[in-house]
Amino acid sequence: MTGSQLFSQRASGGLGSRRGLWSILHLDPILLLLLLALVAGGMVVLYSGADRNFAVVEAQAVRMGVALVVMLVFAQLDPSVYRRWAPWLYLVGLGALVAVLAVGVGAKGAQRWLALPGLPRFQPSELMKLVVPMMAAWYLSRHFLPPRLSQVAIALAIVLLPMGLIVQQPDLGTALLVGAAGLFVVFFAGISWKLITAFLGMVSVAAPLMWFFVMRDYQKQRVLTLLDPQSDPLGAGWNIIQSKTAIGSGGWSGKGWLQGTQSHLEFLPESHTDFIVAVLAEEFGFIGMLVLLSVYLLIMLRCLYIAVNAQDSFGRLLAGALTMTFFIYIFVNIGMVSGLLPVVGVPLPLISYGGTSSVTLMAAFGVLMSIHTHRRMITA
Amino acid sequence: MPWGEFKDTAAERRLFQRRSLVALAIVLLMLGGLVARMYQLQVVEHDTYTTLSDKNRVQVQSVPPTRGLIYDRNDTLLAENRPVFSVTIVPERVPDLEVTLATLSRLLSVSEEDVERFKRRMHEPRRPYQALPLRYDLNEQEIAALAVHRHELPGVEVAAELVRYYPHGEITSHALGYVGRINREELQRIDPVNYAGTNYIGKSGIESFYEDKLHGKVGYQHVETNARGRTLRVLSRENPVPGEDLKLHLDLRLQKLAYQLLDGRRGAIVAIDPESGGLLALASVPGFDANLFVTGISVAAYRELSTSHDKPLFNRALRGQYPPGSTIKPMMAVAALDSGVTTREREVWDPGYFQLKSGGRRYRDWKRGGHGWVDLTRSMAESCDIYYYDAAVRMGIDTMYEYLDQFGFGEDTSLDVRGALPGLLPSRDWKRATRNEPWYPGDSVNLGIGQGFMLATPLQLATATAVMANRGQWVQPRLLRDVVGDDPLAAVLPEATREDMVLKNQDDWEFVVDSMEEVMHGRRGTARRSGAGASYRMAGKTGTAQVFSLAQDEEYDADEIRERLRDHALFVGFAPVDDPEIVVSVIVENGGGGSSTAAPVARELFDAWIDGFPEEDEVVSISALPTEGDR
Repeated sequence: MTGSQLFSQRASGGLGSRRGLWSILHLDPILLLLLLALVAGGMVVLYSGADRNFAVVEAQAVRMGVALVVMLVFAQLDPSVYRRWAPWLYLVGLGALVAVLAVGVGAKGAQRWLALPGLPRFQPSELMKLVVPMMAAWYLSRHFLPPRLSQVAIALAIVLLPMGLIVQQPDLGTALLVGAAGLFVVFFAGISWKLITAFLGMVSVAAPLMWFFVMRDYQKQRVLTLLDPQSDPLGAGWNIIQSKTAIGSGGWSGKGWLQGTQSHLEFLPESHTDFIVAVLAEEFGFIGMLVLLSVYLLIMLRCLYIAVNAQDSFGRLLAGALTMTFFIYIFVNIGMVSGLLPVVGVPLPLISYGGTSSVTLMAAFGVLMSIHTHRRMITA
Repeated sequence: MPWGEFKDTAAERRLFQRRSLVALAIVLLMLGGLVARMYQLQVVEHDTYTTLSDKNRVQVQSVPPTRGLIYDRNDTLLAENRPVFSVTIVPERVPDLEVTLATLSRLLSVSEEDVERFKRRMHEPRRPYQALPLRYDLNEQEIAALAVHRHELPGVEVAAELVRYYPHGEITSHALGYVGRINREELQRIDPVNYAGTNYIGKSGIESFYEDKLHGKVGYQHVETNARGRTLRVLSRENPVPGEDLKLHLDLRLQKLAYQLLDGRRGAIVAIDPESGGLLALASVPGFDANLFVTGISVAAYRELSTSHDKPLFNRALRGQYPPGSTIKPMMAVAALDSGVTTREREVWDPGYFQLKSGGRRYRDWKRGGHGWVDLTRSMAESCDIYYYDAAVRMGIDTMYEYLDQFGFGEDTSLDVRGALPGLLPSRDWKRATRNEPWYPGDSVNLGIGQGFMLATPLQLATATAVMANRGQWVQPRLLRDVVGDDPLAAVLPEATREDMVLKNQDDWEFVVDSMEEVMHGRRGTARRSGAGASYRMAGKTGTAQVFSLAQDEEYDADEIRERLRDHALFVGFAPVDDPEIVVSVIVENGGGGSSTAAPVARELFDAWIDGFPEEDEVVSISALPTEGDR
């Protein structure tokens, strides 16, 4: 088992009883520990990013508590449950997305929320971050892997249909994450490199077409701003200039906790939500960023370990895709804040203030834990 | 289970493992990209971004110096600085000006006029990001209301600034001048560095003349501001150097008395210390409250002041140019004696008129029947015109010009009195240049009694009288007595340039002064009623200036002519005669006769200066006095 050599294998027999407790709870202690460490550290940064507003940290703690409960619940369900329910959840999700476009509510020119009587307001697109990879994994794992071309085409349709609906809201960030989640399933399923190359080629052709036919003006503006923030330093370029200034002025070891001038003097916009990594970079410097990225990397390594050790193709594909989606979050957010990518509404996972994405992310980790802890102990 | 173990082959597992390794490689590669990006920003370009960050938060603010205070000779405060709270707006930081203005009008009383003035200032050339005042003098309630709503009002600040305040308002406005907000032309002229934090500048008078001394030197502070420009803390500070305090010759008590005496009339009083030339009083009545101009006068109030028939904004003491009338006679007497056209004993026959040649135009004496035989002393005491007609014609314009010029007529001899006018001393050349006419002997006749072309300001009359009181020794009028600062007075005050007047016979000074004493104390002196009962001896000369000329034989009755067409009453004099302590000139516009209206005013001033100041309620304005048509 080559994959297992990468990561720590099972603990020795001495810890058997402890392992037993975790098994009963269906939790993975290593992943849980890493997540808790990330969340705790994130709140320290959030307190600074929210300009010492403890109420914000409290609210975030409550949300994280809820998210952890969601994770616990998702971990209890056997992966086969997700597999059986995947098609139905997918259909319900599609219906909800259509409903959002028809009767949804929202703000700032985007309809993202669905307010059904008797149910709490929710974002169907958020749900699809889990459901789309489940559906893709369900479909592809029914057949021999690697999939045939027709199967790839169907899988792509499964992914692109909800993605298109979400783009219509418009919510480019979520569409990107949903699409990535689905496409990583296809990738892990083992489509040939020729197809991947062809696909990337198509994307590079499609990009200019997107520019002219799909992207809205404000999205185009964001791209233009990325290329030349100084063109509008007080308008659209402000965010990028100020976040780069915050990051750059942090230096090796940062200005110290609560000492970041860019964030505390209100130069940095969205300092407790999408741009919170700039606060961390300003106050804890390059070293702080290395620590953050290391924690993220450890989480991803553990998740890939879980994926590699999953018992069936469905589990493997789903776990792998969820792990890579988590990475996309990280890369897009930090890339955007540091001026590598255009500004897209993607939060820094488990650190940015906000409930919805945290709950989704924790649910995904719950699914991963479920995949890991519901294995039947038959060794090869 | 439909997903039998059969399908879950080792091949699929191996495929997934390979893909996972690829994914891991991609992850590591991209994370490496992020790390590289961070390294680029945080390590390689760290200095650049540190500079940007500091430029963001640290701003250099100028700290305006405190304006120097102004005191009178007894250390009574005449101009001070009072903290005033005003609401200011930085237009560049306001998202929607109309909304902000509407919100502010809800929170505090903002008049349309305030808004208008604010918008006018906004559209004038100004420094960017400069806070513009909307309303001054907020009360505590309004400050509290603004503090509560501060977060809704970006760009709006309550600013405390020291604003000039003149505690004696109207009394000192013409003597001190005033400060006001820096306007467009001044902005071009001033040193932009030193005035970086200053909003006010001396507009007139002492405030303008000694602007450099009063202003001081600007200070600086580095402050940390947030993105909305709000100052959070001071990082470092270089204190400003406050302006120097000035001490004037002015005596507020005398100044006040002057205003009380002229209350209800129009006129001017100038009092000079003959030893130093210091201006003890500089009054122009009516005055105006200079405090109105400091923060910007309203259009309505300004219109009222500027269109008033009494012209309260007009500084009569410095800029009122009047025919000196008979008050010129002492100087004429000196000229006539020194030039030799007359002697102390020479007598002139006064039939009531003077003719250049038999059958020509008759130049009338004020006394219809004439004074008979008149010598110089009597001509002064009774203000005989014929004597001076005769002397003037004998001297001719060139001689008269030479002497009057030495008395300072026709130019501004003051050292630090801003805005003083030179009057008009006519000459042959002047008449040729302005009227393209030769100088006629008749012009000399008129000049002999201070009528015709000649014009003089009350300040000039007082200055010439001071030369008389000093028996030829010149003292140029000045306001500044001392500087409370590093500079010695001599370095601040402009240098005096006038040379003393020396007569062929220096005793002639005493002779003319004696004749002026006769005016006050002589049996037939025109101002004998004003000179009576004094504890000291005084010298003076009454005068009456015609507002419009009468035809040769026209009768005129002061009661019938509208008040504003009546003659101006004048008086010049000094006391005590032998050791003068005070010189005054008084003009009461349309006051009628100099002896009945102007001389009593001078007497009150002399008494106050020499015997002590009266209680305020004892002072009676000359409006209450009866007026006569005499001289």
